[in-house]
Amino acid sequence: MQQFEEQDYTKRFSLSLWKKILGYAKEYHKDLYRLALCMGISAGCDVVFPLMTSYAIDHFIPTLDHAGSTQGVPVFVIVYLLLLAVQVYTIFRFLYLGGKVETGVCYTIRKRAFRKLQELPFSYYDRMPVGYLMSRMTSDTQRLAETIGWSLLDLAWGSVMIVAASITMFSLNWKLTLAVLIVVPPLAVISWWFQQRILHAYRAVRKTNSKITGAFNEGIMGAKTTKTLVREEMNMEEFTALTHEMKRSSVRAASLSSVYLPIVVSLGSLATAYALWQGGQLVTVGGMTLGVLQVFVNYTVQFFQPIRDIANTFAEMQSAQAAAERVMTLLETAPDIVDTPEVEAVFGDNFHPKKENWPALRGDVEFCHVDFQYKEGEKVLSDFNLKINAGETIALVGPTGAGKSTVVNLICRFYEPTAGEIKIDGVNYKERSQLWLQSNLGYVLQEPRLFSGTIRDNIRYAKLDATDEEVEHAARLVNAEPFILKMEKGYDTDVGEGGSRLSTGEKQLISFARAILADPRIFVLDEATSSVDTQTEQIIQHAIQKVLSGRTSFIIAHRLSTIRTADRILVIDGGKIIESGTHQQLLRQKGAYYNLYTNQFQEEQAMEILGGAAQA
Amino acid sequence: MHTSKRRLMGRLLYDNKWYFLLALICTVVTIVIEFVTPIVLAETLDYYLQGKPSRMPAFVNNWIDSLGGPAYMARNLWIVGLALVGLNVLSGVFSFGKGRAQSIAGENVSLTLREKLYNHIQKLPFAYHVKAETGDMVQRCTSDVETVRRFLSMQLMQVINAFMMIAFALFYLLRENVRITLISMILVPALFLFAWLFFKWVIKNFRLADEAEGKMSAVLQENLTGVRVVRAFGQQEYEVEKFGAANEDLRKKNQKICNLLAVYWATSDALCMTQSMLTLLTCVFFAIRGDITVGTLTIFTSYVWKLLYPIRQLGRILSDAGKSSVSMERIDEILRAPEEPAEPDAIRPSLKGDIVFDHVTFRYEDNRDVLKDMSFTVPAGKTVAILGSTGSGKSSVVHLIQRLFEPQEGKITIGGTDIRKIDRSYLRSRVGLVLQEPFLYSKTLRENVGIAVRDYTEEAVDQAVQDAAAKAFILESDKGYETLVGERGVTLSGGQKQRIAIARTLMKDNDILIFDDSLSAVDTETDAQIRAALKRRSKDTTTIIISHRIVTLSQADLILVMEDGRVTEQGTHDELIHSGGLYSRIFNIQTALEAEFKEENTGYAAV
Repeated sequence: MQQFEEQDYTKRFSLSLWKKILGYAKEYHKDLYRLALCMGISAGCDVVFPLMTSYAIDHFIPTLDHAGSTQGVPVFVIVYLLLLAVQVYTIFRFLYLGGKVETGVCYTIRKRAFRKLQELPFSYYDRMPVGYLMSRMTSDTQRLAETIGWSLLDLAWGSVMIVAASITMFSLNWKLTLAVLIVVPPLAVISWWFQQRILHAYRAVRKTNSKITGAFNEGIMGAKTTKTLVREEMNMEEFTALTHEMKRSSVRAASLSSVYLPIVVSLGSLATAYALWQGGQLVTVGGMTLGVLQVFVNYTVQFFQPIRDIANTFAEMQSAQAAAERVMTLLETAPDIVDTPEVEAVFGDNFHPKKENWPALRGDVEFCHVDFQYKEGEKVLSDFNLKINAGETIALVGPTGAGKSTVVNLICRFYEPTAGEIKIDGVNYKERSQLWLQSNLGYVLQEPRLFSGTIRDNIRYAKLDATDEEVEHAARLVNAEPFILKMEKGYDTDVGEGGSRLSTGEKQLISFARAILADPRIFVLDEATSSVDTQTEQIIQHAIQKVLSGRTSFIIAHRLSTIRTADRILVIDGGKIIESGTHQQLLRQKGAYYNLYTNQFQEEQAMEILGGAAQA
Repeated sequence: MHTSKRRLMGRLLYDNKWYFLLALICTVVTIVIEFVTPIVLAETLDYYLQGKPSRMPAFVNNWIDSLGGPAYMARNLWIVGLALVGLNVLSGVFSFGKGRAQSIAGENVSLTLREKLYNHIQKLPFAYHVKAETGDMVQRCTSDVETVRRFLSMQLMQVINAFMMIAFALFYLLRENVRITLISMILVPALFLFAWLFFKWVIKNFRLADEAEGKMSAVLQENLTGVRVVRAFGQQEYEVEKFGAANEDLRKKNQKICNLLAVYWATSDALCMTQSMLTLLTCVFFAIRGDITVGTLTIFTSYVWKLLYPIRQLGRILSDAGKSSVSMERIDEILRAPEEPAEPDAIRPSLKGDIVFDHVTFRYEDNRDVLKDMSFTVPAGKTVAILGSTGSGKSSVVHLIQRLFEPQEGKITIGGTDIRKIDRSYLRSRVGLVLQEPFLYSKTLRENVGIAVRDYTEEAVDQAVQDAAAKAFILESDKGYETLVGERGVTLSGGQKQRIAIARTLMKDNDILIFDDSLSAVDTETDAQIRAALKRRSKDTTTIIISHRIVTLSQADLILVMEDGRVTEQGTHDELIHSGGLYSRIFNIQTALEAEFKEENTGYAAV
């Protein structure tokens, strides 16, 4: 998954992009101001503390030019304690606020992006692998929020620190200050140069690291194949190359960081040395107090820190910009299947349906001159016509890639025709809302997909307000109850992530119960080809019959028993219906269906004898 | 079992002893310089500028006296400045040395661990991989290795650094003034305890936040992979709520951590600042009495921060140092699993002879007998097909021939040689085995086909792909041979994968070829096409095909029928069709089908 994170990113700092992102953090603008204020106060305190020491030296301690005195010590202690309290409080506040903004921005962007993902059409999901979307929603968003929460903080702290220290120094001795500040520009340039390179170096490390993770993954998953092919040595060679690349890039990155700091510190010490030299000379002639000299030395030592922070922040922001761009692209993708405003006005949108205006769905489906393509120039269907009456059961058969799934996808309005129209109950379905159709749809996938939660939760997914009685009734209808009751907690058994604790057959039965609960008018079944034992197979067949009765049904069929019972069988090849009719009619034609049937019959029978299940 | 873990840890340290030593020396030098710098400043303030007693060793003062004493220094403070710059540069050189040595040592540790693990995993027996959990193992090989590296190369050094800091501080400060030193350290134990206890106490919050993040990712992942179900039931609104709850929970847990950290930093800063104020006030108090000088004051005020900072870190490091021990154990667990034993005396005979199973009994670890006293012969250069019911042990037979498992009783010979005497890798490289569910590497199609051989020509790849009937779909893919397969690339169908797996096996020189039901996902026509090509390609290769397709089986020189771990029938097609056994039952489906057609056509179909 990580390989998607390291894709190309823009070099130029884009102010407009960050403005747009700050727009998404609108609810936190107040907190951001407060945050900046806290940072400023905190930096101010950092500047004042050395002054306190200097005051103590100059007022209480006996030196060459004045005698010691205890006068003003209580006030000094009180002021110090006050400063301490302010400082501690602002530290607490800015950490609290920074955390609030970071987690909050993360939350808001994720929430919006998730909503967007619920609206984007399947064509989007076809293009974007799940791993890619996952990293947009997790690490990229995290990165973005961190930048907004903390970079601003570092910038505020650093600039206030520099400005306040400079002003203080100027007021103490402007000539010396001017001389000392000469080191700042080269410090800034060097910092900028290094921070960029350090960042790049670490990015290279992460890239190699994700390759190593990939190599381990493959090495472990493919271990059996590796053994049969005797590829151990070659694998090891490839892996060794990776680990050495990793070492090289990591040492390079670490070396860069550990050469940067000494350079900056040494450069800064030039300023300290100069302050000490000139300031010391002033002290001997009485032009400066020891306390002031001490402050100067103190500031020059601390100076490089804010400069480093600012350079680092800009470098971070530059790299976070890549993450920001990717997240923004997701947020700004326009869904290409949308209900028109007129439709939305009457029937509501995907999140706020106006069910009271929904007409009842009968189940007549008609394809009128439908063209469809997934990719430009690769027509899957062209001038496709088909009329199905309410209640009919249609079996779609044909080779892989013939267009069966496309037909079903179009009926479900997961995709829309590129030309022509699909009518439901005689009305173009674009004139109704997506949710209207999909709420009347029952859909069982080839590889049934359950969500984590209990069996009951999963069945109820189709109709969230169903009572326990309704849920159990649905399970009984498809004969799923016996196996459910055999489980430890019955309906309240946890199915595991993606239903991993259930067998394929059990998952299928639950998905049938789920489909039947909503009492859909149109039913779509993408029949599974995976293995289940003979007994489960019979229960599933029974469930299918139950589910189909009285509804318009489309089955992408693999099992002969399912195919034979259909009212109409459509043999599809190359995006066209090449044969159509009942089982007997088609057999008599001795065409494509006949061949398909005989092959499948032999496979199924052989597998039955051998004790397994058919593999279509 | 803990000793092996400790031995490994010791080994990793010992192998990099010079780097660790170098890092240690550099650390000591930088710490010394860090302590010397404030002394130089103090000396300037006290001795040069005020004529108070010097704290420098005699040789420095002798040198200064030869220049003209403290008064000369006061006029020429640039010397002090230069010394300061020099000290910083010197410290810089050593801190670079430390950083580099530390990073090389750390990277060597992870390199060693990674290679050890990878190599070991490859040498683990087949049985281990049948049961292995990929996710957990990858985690051990990546993040646990990282934890160990961080501990050995950074945290260990940080702890040493902190303790040395304390030791040096005590050494210098006690010489300056015992009472101020004690007062300057009065809050140090409190700070250390607070840091340590705090992180021990909040660590569960970090775990809770990790869990909440895992939960959020899981909801997201389920939604994205189950997007069809969501849409089909029109549950977008519900999904938004579900994700919203997980998202909100994560936000709360993360905010809680931020709040806790805010408390932590504010409190520890308060402690540090109070300590620093106490030190300042004490110094002021003593200075007013004339017991100490301004120089001493600057020394104490700057040391106190140098001391507090590493201690604040220490609490945190110690509180999660336990992690590295756990990680080491998890790594060691993999490394402790026994590898396939080495075979120094193994031989490499020709494998062109008969394959003989001689009273072979084989069971898996769960003691279930899979093959029971099984005997049969596969004649050299012939094609033998195996038909068997589910769980009859067909796959075990072919696994045994490649020595992926060893039989408990009986022996298997090839050309008369017991295969236990044959070099394992040699045997596997001469026996081409195509698994039913082959694994493809995330490389290009071309690289996948050539994966088992070191040097290959375009023509060889082309021919192998042609023979495996894979050429058409490869050329149809967007980038042809350069199409990337696997996680980052295209997903191939089961049948396409099988054909690539056949092609890559054909690239090797095979004395024996085995197809473990590896044509099951291709249609019958392609199946026939591949077998015809095989016949042309490898006339004298002994071939074993596991299949349930009568057409495939019938063309073999010999058919073995397996049921429940035994060979129940063997013979040619003609011999078996009338035997009434499993083979004839499968063959008779054809007849059944014709009968059914008769029924259908006369309109009496029961369905």
